This record gives sequence, C-alpha cells and structure tokens, in this order.
Amino acid sequence: MPESIANKVAVVGVGACQFGENWDQSREDMIVDAAYEAYADAGIENPQQQIEAVFAGAVYPREGSAEIAEALKLFGKPVSLVSDYCQTGTDAFRFGVFAVACGMYDTVLVVGFDKPKDRGVSGPSVNFDRVRGLPATPAGWFSLCAARYFDTFGAGREDLAKIAVKNHHNGTLAPKSMLKKEITVDDALNARIISWPFGLFDCAAQSDGASACVLTRANLAKNFRDDAVLVKAVSIAVAEHPQRDPDFDFLAWKPTLYAAKDAYAQAGITEPFRQLDVVQLHDCFTLTEMLTYEDLGLCKKGEAKEHVASGTFQLDGELPVNTDGGLKTFGHPTGATGVRMIYENTLQLQGRAGERQVEGASLALSHNIGGPPTTCGIAILGRD
Amino acid sequence: MTGIAAYGAYVPMNRLPLALIGGRPAKEGGPEKAVADYDEDAITMAVTAAVDCLSGIARDQVDAVYFASTSYEMREKQGAALIAKALDLRRDVNTQDHSGSLRCGTAALESALHAVAAGAQEAALVVASDCRMGAPRGALEAKLGDGAVAFLVTRDPIARFDHAAAVADELQDLWRIDGERFTHSWEDRFVLQEGYQPNLTDAVKGVLAKDGGAPSDFTKVALYGADARSLGGAVRALGFKPEQVQDPLFGKLGNTGASFALLLLAHALEAAQPGDRFLVASYGDGAHALTFTATDGLAKLASRRGVSWHLARRRALKSYDTYLKSRQLDPKEWDSGADLGLSATIRFRERDADISLVAARCTNCGQLHFPKQRVCYKCFSKDSWEPYRLSDKRGKLLAFTFDYFFPAAEPPTIMVMTEVEGCRLQVQMANTRPDAVALELPVEYVFRKIHAAGGKANYFWKASPVEDA
Repeated sequence: MPESIANKVAVVGVGACQFGENWDQSREDMIVDAAYEAYADAGIENPQQQIEAVFAGAVYPREGSAEIAEALKLFGKPVSLVSDYCQTGTDAFRFGVFAVACGMYDTVLVVGFDKPKDRGVSGPSVNFDRVRGLPATPAGWFSLCAARYFDTFGAGREDLAKIAVKNHHNGTLAPKSMLKKEITVDDALNARIISWPFGLFDCAAQSDGASACVLTRANLAKNFRDDAVLVKAVSIAVAEHPQRDPDFDFLAWKPTLYAAKDAYAQAGITEPFRQLDVVQLHDCFTLTEMLTYEDLGLCKKGEAKEHVASGTFQLDGELPVNTDGGLKTFGHPTGATGVRMIYENTLQLQGRAGERQVEGASLALSHNIGGPPTTCGIAILGRD
Repeated sequence: MTGIAAYGAYVPMNRLPLALIGGRPAKEGGPEKAVADYDEDAITMAVTAAVDCLSGIARDQVDAVYFASTSYEMREKQGAALIAKALDLRRDVNTQDHSGSLRCGTAALESALHAVAAGAQEAALVVASDCRMGAPRGALEAKLGDGAVAFLVTRDPIARFDHAAAVADELQDLWRIDGERFTHSWEDRFVLQEGYQPNLTDAVKGVLAKDGGAPSDFTKVALYGADARSLGGAVRALGFKPEQVQDPLFGKLGNTGASFALLLLAHALEAAQPGDRFLVASYGDGAHALTFTATDGLAKLASRRGVSWHLARRRALKSYDTYLKSRQLDPKEWDSGADLGLSATIRFRERDADISLVAARCTNCGQLHFPKQRVCYKCFSKDSWEPYRLSDKRGKLLAFTFDYFFPAAEPPTIMVMTEVEGCRLQVQMANTRPDAVALELPVEYVFRKIHAAGGKANYFWKASPVEDA
C-alpha cells in the first residue's frame, strides 16, 4: 500500500482571472491576473524568491513552458506544462502536489489556462483529421449515453434542464463567472438542439480563463496564512475508450469510477454523500453532471433524477454541487477548469465564498472528466 | 461458356420530383428521378451495387474489378482500386477504370467477358456507376439520374455471353470538359437524328447479324434511351415489338449514363427464365450492343435486391433547395482551399479499417475490435489477431445522438453506436431520419462519403436500417 498523500501539502493561495470572452486579454494577461491574485492571497511578495517551480496546464499551448515563465518572469526555475484533455488543470495540480510532498520543493505555483476564443470559431472544434468517429464534437461524444440512460432509468430532457437552471443560478452569485443569467426549465427545453438531447443550455460555454494556486508543505502553511486548506487526495485515471470498449453499458463512465475509488481510498472516504460538504464536478453537459452524481457515489445509480427533483445538489440542499455555477457559467477554458474548481473549493473551505457559501464546509471534492470520455481527475481538499 | 454469373444494382433512395425543378408542387406518383444523397457519389453507389452483386458469393474469388464511370471525380487516381478496397478484395486483384464515354459501361463488361473467356481471369467484377449533373434548372437536369449496376463475370454463368458489336462515331453531341460539373448537350434534334438513332440502330443491327437470329428471338432488349419518343423510334426501326422493350424507367430513374442500359439489363435478368435471350445496347460516341442467353444456372443464384428493390425503396425530396444543397456539398465546413484535407498518411495506415471496414478478431479469445487494437481489450494478448470484415455483417443500435453542430447539408447528423458481433462500431447513419432511429434497431453498413476536406472526397461506412430483414 503506497503512502498516503493526505495532509502533506497545503493550498495557501488561490486566484483566478475573470472568465469570459476575453477579447482584450492575451494568455499572458490572464496568467498574470490569476497568478498574482494567488500570490496576494498567499501573502507572497517576492515570487522570484518564494516560488521554486511552476506546474502549468493548458491544451491550446503555443509556446510551451517558456510562455508561462516569460509571463511571470520566473526564470532559472523548472516550469512544466501538462496537456491532456479536460482534466489538464487537475493533473497540473497533481504534479505540483507530488513535487511538494516528496520534498523536492517547499513552495510551487500551479496555473491552468486556456484561450479557445482566439481560434475564431464559436464552440468546440470539429475534428477533421480522420473520417472515423465523426462528428468528433464533445457534445456528440457525451450525448451518446443519453438514449440508453433515459431508456433504462426513465430520465429525460426535463431532468437535465433542472441541472442547467441550478448551475445558472449559482453562477449569478460567482463574481468571476462568465454567464450571470437565471434561466428557466422552459428556456432550457426550448433552446435549439446542439446534439440530442443537448440543447444550447445543456452545454458548457466556451470561454477564456486562467486560475492559479500556491502550494506549500503543510508544516510551512502557517508562514503564509492561518486558514490554509490541506490536500486530502489527488487522483488521475484513464479508462477504456467508450466507443470501443466491448463492455461499456452507456450508464456509467468508467474514468470517474476508477478515479473516485482511488481518491476516496487516499482520503479515507467511505460514504461520499455523508462525508463531503461541497462538490465541483465536470458539468461539460448536463448529462455529465447527472451521471457523475452517480459515478462519484453521491447517490445510487439511476437515482440522480430523484435527487435533482428534490434539490439535493442545490446551494441550499444536502450536498451542494457546482456552487460557482460550474463549467455551465464559467465556460470551459480547458486547462483552467480543474484549477478553477480548486479555487472555488478553497474559498468554500475557508468560508470566503460570499452569497454561495456552504456553511461549515470542511471537505470538498473537485472532478474533471475528459476525452470521449476516457480520463478523469479528482482532487479532494479539506480543513483540519 | 462465359457470361454473367451474378448481378446487383443500386438506385439511391432519394427521388427528386421533376415538378419541383419547375417550382411546382410535387404530386405523389408524378415523374421523378433518382438522386444521390449528399454523401453519395459514383464510388459509393458502385460499392453498394457491388455488395448486392456479391451477396452470397465468396469475395476472395474475385480476380478483377472493371469500374466504368464518367463522373468519378479523380483523374490520375483509380476508382476501381478504391472499390476493390471497400469490398475487401484480394491484393492481387486486377483493377481497371473505364471512362470517357457513356459507352464505357458496356465496354467494361465486354472487356471482362473477353478476359474471362480467354482464361486471364476466373471471376471479374464489372461495376458501372454514374452520378450525373445537369445544370440547375437547365434542360438536362430533369433527364439525368444517378445509379449503379454490377455484374460478376465467370465461366459458370446465369446468362451466357453470345455476341457483341460496336460502332464508333465522332460527334460532339453530349460532353463535359474536365473540371466542369455539368453535362452539356447540343440541340436535341441534332443529337437524336445524327447521333443516337443511326448509331444505336447500327450497333444493334451489327450484333443481330453476328447472332444470326431475328429481332423476335429476344425476350427483352435493354436499350439506352434518350427519351420515350426517340427510344420508340429506334425500337420501330429495329423491328422490336413494344413488349420486348425493357421498361426504360423514364420518370422513375433518369438517365444514369454509363450504368443506364446495364441497369435495364439487370432489371430484365431479375425475371429471367432459362433460355430467355437478352440484348443490351448503350450509346455514346457510337454505340455498343451485346447479347446473352439465360442458362439453367439461374436457379443457383441467391436472391438479391437488384433494381426492383431499390426502385421500390424511395424517399421524395421535399424541396428543390434540399436537392441543391446536397449536390453543392457546401456545408462550409472549413476553408478547403487552404487545407490539404485529411492526412494522406493516416488514410494510408487506416485503409483497412476505413475503406474495407475490416476489424480485428483476437485469435486468442475471439473478441472483435474496431479499429484494430494491438492489445486485446478482453484477454490482453498482444498482436494476436486476424482481419475480420464487418461491411457485410449486420448489427444493431446501442446508442444514438442527433448532432446539429456537425456541419451538414441536412442537419442533424445521426451519430450512432452500433454493435456487430460483439464489436463496437461508431458511425453516422444513412437512409433514415431521426424519428426512425431507436435502440436495438437492426442495421447494415453502407459505403458513403463523410466529407470532402481539401476538396477530396473521403469515404467511410455508415449504418443503414435493415429494411428486408
């Protein structure tokens, strides 16, 4: 049994730029906004001396690690760049955690960023490299589960719409979200279809964004702030390709099942619904959120729609999910998303989440699922 | 004895009611023509007709593919090799393209007949296919249609080849310059009086003379006809009775060029009895006629869809605009001018999967994988696999979605996960609309164009509902 990572590393500062269609901002602008907010949050006044290494994540990188070093003027230090689907930010965080936990560095910066709105297209790109598997849009990947899931468990578009309504509401309470507009179930049901059963409001938006955090060894956390949060678990798992796996049943996504099992073991979680206080999960599409409630073990398989109906996962429910509005309202600048969730969970655990604060939150999970989907990243943070 | 051992046909499901061309409402039962869907062309139609032809026949016995088309889009790139690959034929198959004239279909057939008779090949597949384009609202638009036909030629035929005769003529009556989309024609009366009538009658008279028989000997004559009136004139001049004339399908099919007369022959063969005699004649830069006699071998041929099934399966287009959109292939997917299109090396590496629809079967545990996996999902054995063709297998739908975001002429794009013999195969759907899609729906696989990145057609297979399961 490997040694647990729990309680070895502390998050001592978090930051994020304003998420949105940042036409007037470059990647450099967003990286600097996020990192310097995290520095300020950690009380770091001399990053050139205090930050020993940088772990970055982005999926549209152009200039590699040098771009991040150049933006932050952090030279003469190791800067790494991770690029791997939607869990990119969580994976960058994982490398930062490992680097500190093993004693290689005392204090590191993690930064996730992406700027898809510089590509000149609205929505995700359509992959024309190959003829097989087209349309290769994420909506097409994720919607393939809908028909079988609906047929088996009796759920439908109305259940998905309620998730969109919840996340839009939460997003109105998050200062850095892109979309701050309440919607109704009818709005969601009547929107144009992107990929059945997903209408426009079932899909996460595309946005630009960056988020950052400062990590240090747990025993050094007090040097930065008194209410640092601790890393309880961080896990990445890769699963069978759901379009090839002969056993895939279209009812649960294996990447989340694998990563959750590992992360819960690291953090000593046996009853996630009871033990977790707040969850940020990867709502790239409303159906993703719905299946992920179940895949994370927050409720039994097939029962997500009852919990959606009863408000379990609303801000005032038993286990608030996507308290900041999620990808639905922040958009999904891929590399930034996992770190943005850690930003939100840190604020929640420190009681700094304002109107969306979950009272007394002491254990928080963030989750990304990526690819067709084939990969998952989970990070669990806690107060001691 | 050499001749036709099997036949197959393909007529696209879509029909354009001719009234729509003139801006009038379409009436059920009114004249129409067959039009390829946005994802069909001469190649995909040829493959589907060949699949029909080869139903019940071991494909590894095919020694040659003769492909005849005037509308295959490539120059300096063979269509027959692509068709052979889609059919997953042997690597040592002899492939040939015949083109340049509407007469290339019968020319390819005669070439194959001679090659097999000479012993150069045991079994030769002849495929004629054309997707013909008249200029929008031009005179030819209502006359030209799309369709394909295929014959297997062997020395154990259902229709013995008797004789052939041809005449060549040089006149510019019907033409299309390389790079042009639309077929041009000189004035009708010139075409008919100086081209069609004398050439067709001379070729038919020529084959009748070699044959030694009388016009009344033939059960059916399958004649290229420019229109009902001129066909009637040729029939009278040659001394055939109206009941001998194979229905030219005017108002149903349209003139399908290289495949036209041969489609009529295939249609006639569907009703053949041993001893029946057939004559087929094509036209273009002269004319070409061949005669056949049905043999006792007819009983051995498994039933196939042929022309009748495809004719009966139809979907009328609702608007002329839909037709234009599917023909212009203009979904504005990307800037093709600045794009080489799909990676040629990826296409090359993945040709077994993409063009032949060949999966891999684990020789250790039997699990099928598509595309090929070097390490088995089930038993984790490495590089223990054998090729296994899926294109002639049937599957069922496991999952589906309707993608409105994917650029298409007629959204949504129906994207499905199918299961075929325990193997997952994710494909788009053809020949259906969303309201007909359901879990567990039985499907077969059809060869279609996926898109035209870089201006080049790129092909893969789609799922099509099984309608005669």
